[in-house]
Amino acid sequence: MSIILNGNNVDHQEGVNTVEQLLSHYHLENRIVVVEVNKEIVMKENYKTMSLSHGDVVEIIHFVGGG
Amino acid sequence: MTNRYSRQELFLGSKAQAKIKEASVIIIGAGALGSASAEMLARAGIGRLTIVDRDYVDLSNLQRQQLYTEEDVRNQLPKAIAAKTRLEQINSEIIINSFIQDVNGLNIEELIEDHSVIVDATDNFETSLIVNDAALKHRIPFLFGACVGSYGLTYPIIPGETPCLHCLLNHLPMDGMTCDTVGVISPIVQITAALQVTQVLQILSGETLFPMLQSMDIWKNEKAEINVTQLKNKLCPTCGEHPSYPFLLFENQMKTDVLCGRDAVQLRPGLKPKTYSLPYLLERLKNHVTNPVLNRYLLSCKFEDYRIVFFEDGRSIIHGTNEAKKARAVYKRFIQFY
Ligand SMILES: [Zn+2]
Repeated sequence: MSIILNGNNVDHQEGVNTVEQLLSHYHLENRIVVVEVNKEIVMKENYKTMSLSHGDVVEIIHFVGGG
Repeated sequence: MTNRYSRQELFLGSKAQAKIKEASVIIIGAGALGSASAEMLARAGIGRLTIVDRDYVDLSNLQRQQLYTEEDVRNQLPKAIAAKTRLEQINSEIIINSFIQDVNGLNIEELIEDHSVIVDATDNFETSLIVNDAALKHRIPFLFGACVGSYGLTYPIIPGETPCLHCLLNHLPMDGMTCDTVGVISPIVQITAALQVTQVLQILSGETLFPMLQSMDIWKNEKAEINVTQLKNKLCPTCGEHPSYPFLLFENQMKTDVLCGRDAVQLRPGLKPKTYSLPYLLERLKNHVTNPVLNRYLLSCKFEDYRIVFFEDGRSIIHGTNEAKKARAVYKRFIQFY
C-alpha cells in the first residue's frame, strides 16, 4: 500500500494499516502529534480504528521541545 | 526614501512600518530560536524588544546561537545580557530590555504585560504551555515554535480566534514531553525563527493568521501543514468558556529541571526570591572550590565533582549529573557556606 505522507509517496509493508500502526512505525506513538487523513484531523480515540487506504493523503506533525 | 527601513517599508507599506515602531515584542528564551528572532526583529525596528533567558553562554551554543561570541563564552555571560549588548549594536534606535530569569507560572504574567506579541523560543514544551496560558489570559498573540535535529514546527495562537496550544494537546498523549538529545543543525533554527518572525510582521501589518500547524524537516526536504480549526475545544482549561489556566499555578517549592542532553540539572528555589551577594559567597567558598569565574550576574566554579553556576537569585545549574536528587544534595552542601 502506498500513501502520500507529508507530501512524499511512501510504500509500507503489510502491518501498517491503521493510523495507530503508522504512528508506531515512525516511533511517534508516545509523542504529541496531530494527524490528518485526506484533510480531516483524526482524533486520538480513532487512531486504532481509522484504517488507511491506498493513495490516502496523510499529514503527521509531531511536537518537539527544543529551541 | 533612504531610512534604514526603506526596503522593508517598500514591501510592507508605511502604515505597517509605523505599527512595527510602536510594537513591543517579548521573546521567551534567547537560545537558538531566540537569537535568530531577536536579530531579525531588532533589524526590523520593533520599538521595544524584551528578552528573557535563564542560561549563560556556553561554547556549545556558538554553532547556532547567532548573537553570541567566544568572548561571551570566556566571560560566561548570561544570554540575556550578551543578547542585549549585541542587539544594541545592531539597532540603537529601539529599546531592548532583558531579564535573567527562568520563566514560570509566577513571573510570566508580569513579563508579558504590555507587549503586543509573544515569540516562543523556549527549549522545552512545558514552558511553552505556561506561556500559552499567560498569553490567553492577557489576550496577546503567541507564536509557538520549536525545533530539534533537522525538524521544526510553528503554530500561531491568536486569542479569541485560533485553538490554543492546550487545545492541540487535549486529544493527544501528555507523556510525549521527553527531551530530545539528537542535536540540532542551524538551518532549521533559521527557518523556524523566520516563520515566526514572518507571523509577527503579518500580525503587525493587520494580516489575518490562520490556525495552521506547520512543520518541516530540512534534511529530508519534507513539509506538512494542518489546519487545526477543528481542534478548538470549548472546554479547554486555557481558552475555553471557563478557563482555569492550570499552567500558571506555581509550585511553592524547590523546582528541579534536568537539562536535556547537557548532563546538568537546574535548581530554582521556590519561595520568595532572595538576592545573594556573589563576591561574599565566593569568599566563603574559596577553600572549597576551584576555577571560579565571577561576574556581575553569576558565580561559576568547580565544587566537589561538579561545576556549579550560581545566579544571584539562588537559581543554580549543576553540571556533572542528570539526577535531580543528587543535584539537590550538592546544592544544599554548596549553599550552606553562605
Ligand atoms: Zn485551548
